[in-house]
Amino acid sequence: MRFRFNALAIALVLVSSMLLAACGGAAAPAAEPTAAAEPAAEATAAPAEEPAAEAPAATDAVTIRYGLWDGNQQPAYEACAAEFTKTNPNIIVKVEQAGWGDYWTSVQTGMVGGTAPDVFTNHLAKYPEFASKEQLVDIQPFVERDGVDLAQYLPGLGDLWGRDGKRYGLPKDWDTVAVVFNKDMLDKAGVTVEELNNADWNAKDGGSFGQIIKKLTIDEAGKNALDADFDKSKVVQYGFVGGGSGGAYGQTQWSHWAVSNGFKFNDGLYATKYFYDDPKLAETIQWYANLNLVEGVAPTLADVRSLGATALFTSGKAAMTTDGSWMIGSYVNDAKFVTGFARLPKGPEGRKSMFNGLADSIWVGSKHQEESWQWMKFAASPACANIVGSYGVVFPAIQSGVDAALKAYGDRKVDVSAFTAQATEANGTFLFPVTDFASEIGPIMDATMDSIMLGEKPAADALKAANDEVNALFQ
Amino acid sequence: MTIRTGTRTAQRNELMWALLFIVPSLIGFIVFFAMPSVRGLLMSFTNWDLLRPAKFTGLANYIKLLSDKEFRHALRVTAYYVVLNIPLQTVIALGMAVMLDRFTKSTFIRGILILPWLLPNIIVALLWLWMLDPTLGFINQIIMSLGFERQPFLGSVTQAMPTIAGINIWRHAGYTAILLFAGLQNIPKDVYEAAAIDGADERQMFMGITLPLLRPVLIFVLVTSLIGSFQIFDTIVITTKGGPVDATRVVYWYIYEYAFVRFKMGYAATISVALFLILITITVIQMRYFKADTSDLD
Repeated sequence: MRFRFNALAIALVLVSSMLLAACGGAAAPAAEPTAAAEPAAEATAAPAEEPAAEAPAATDAVTIRYGLWDGNQQPAYEACAAEFTKTNPNIIVKVEQAGWGDYWTSVQTGMVGGTAPDVFTNHLAKYPEFASKEQLVDIQPFVERDGVDLAQYLPGLGDLWGRDGKRYGLPKDWDTVAVVFNKDMLDKAGVTVEELNNADWNAKDGGSFGQIIKKLTIDEAGKNALDADFDKSKVVQYGFVGGGSGGAYGQTQWSHWAVSNGFKFNDGLYATKYFYDDPKLAETIQWYANLNLVEGVAPTLADVRSLGATALFTSGKAAMTTDGSWMIGSYVNDAKFVTGFARLPKGPEGRKSMFNGLADSIWVGSKHQEESWQWMKFAASPACANIVGSYGVVFPAIQSGVDAALKAYGDRKVDVSAFTAQATEANGTFLFPVTDFASEIGPIMDATMDSIMLGEKPAADALKAANDEVNALFQ
Repeated sequence: MTIRTGTRTAQRNELMWALLFIVPSLIGFIVFFAMPSVRGLLMSFTNWDLLRPAKFTGLANYIKLLSDKEFRHALRVTAYYVVLNIPLQTVIALGMAVMLDRFTKSTFIRGILILPWLLPNIIVALLWLWMLDPTLGFINQIIMSLGFERQPFLGSVTQAMPTIAGINIWRHAGYTAILLFAGLQNIPKDVYEAAAIDGADERQMFMGITLPLLRPVLIFVLVTSLIGSFQIFDTIVITTKGGPVDATRVVYWYIYEYAFVRFKMGYAATISVALFLILITITVIQMRYFKADTSDLD
């Protein structure tokens, strides 16, 4: 056999097929852009004009697909769905769960391909984009028709889901952030929970909270980070582990530090300008990064990436972390030691936690929008809130549900007051920064925060550049 | 090779058979390659965001691309990967192929060599991700037991790309070796015998006979692995997702990010077209330069 092929021709075909197939791969499932968007346009028009027209109850049972990402909440919502079907025998709710990353990919591709769930759990960082791309049903006409009382939800939660008189979700739950601690390590170092609850913090030296972190960081020789002979290259127990670099919002990572230092993300709902170049943010992020880079009292970003802060904490590698209230169960169940929750330290501007909440949205492509609305309304009603609360996994958006959750946690002897006190404290919370372009701000801020955490760039420079890039999106 | 044809019917008959054999792959080519390619090209002139109808925007995407610093960064990162990947992989593969050819006829060993390539990319990436884990990974356990410091590997800006290149060399070297081995088998043994009689040693035979006669296969391997190398994506999805920071944000990841994270399908298509043009250029230059369509065996 001889090599007599026309190599040039073969290579050209190879290149073009390999390469274009790869980029075509992206195009292929997308099919006709216009075709995919058409049902969307029709669907939005219908409920907006005349929701009542769709109201007559269907005689045959209709199945509603309901998507959520938090596996811990699945049993609670399945219980709600069962309850819902009791009073609405013609509507069956099928709960579908997928982890955070896969969840959003499948929702998005589902919208293009026509297979997205009828109702899906939505997030504040995601919904404005879906709304602006006309993928969400405006439920305001439904809300008005059925007289849903928006005052039943905890203050502030309902407003997050509206824009220009339209509404895209009814709040289901809320969350705050608190300090999670390993009680055994606290005891060993002689730090009391009381001391932790009363700690203060500042971006210059970490305040008394910074001292506690040092006290809880121990090297191979058993010396803590307050000791002059402490060897930061041989740490066996870190005083603190942050949940990574936190990207654009730092919800459980740095937002509480930054805002308690006087930083604000922007001027409120649907603002068109971010303030990431605020020196107050820069000094906060630098402090946060230096916990590892300079002081060695926190693990490297690579370590946090590999295992996750939660695993580092529950496996006894770190004494404290900060996390959201939806994670309470994971900490209590996974740790083999006594875990507790303490108040966030008092910063120069007080204690501040992000106040975030989830809501359900209806996809415009749903063929059963009336039934979807019935389910969505139930999922955000006191009846479902009480069921969800009783599972003790999240705090429902309605007070009676919160009480049920507190009772459930109390029965398990878990003190969650650090989270609830934060929520009820005057000026104790700030809202999740909802704006347009979240999907573009994300990659910019991820890379920026990573570069600071890895010590590649000083916070002030990196944040200044990133802020320019972010704000350019709005022009 | 020329075909002597008997009658016109025989010729037509042959054409029919030829078409019959070509049609299935032609359909595949049109449906899975040609049509998506054309569609991708058209898409690059629009602002399609996946969900709303696309609007024609002319050359706007291309103009944006010209001043896109991130795109240039992605090209640099990709080139860095190619430079780390191709030379080492080819040299290792060539070494293995020569050893296979000269020292063993064992199909078992050939089988083992190709094994990493038979594993799905995703599995390979996951295995290495776990083995290289900074805290729990097997490799760091070894490093530490030898008294060295733990390495972050994929978690470090400087180590991430060499690590990914290493993973892919591990996966592809065996397969490339088998391709080169097939080429070596085509070199007539009498050439070597003649050289041996003339007193040439192994090194002289390698430089004077093996390399020149292997050229067409070597070029083929280089071209395909170079193109494959430019398309590095799956390992990155599993291991680094373009990070840390943007150390592994290769062109394909950048395209993916625009398409499915930022929902800018139109711009993503534009980057694809640009990459296509770059690769075509590289391939043509490579082909011309190495004269791949002629063999010294003729």
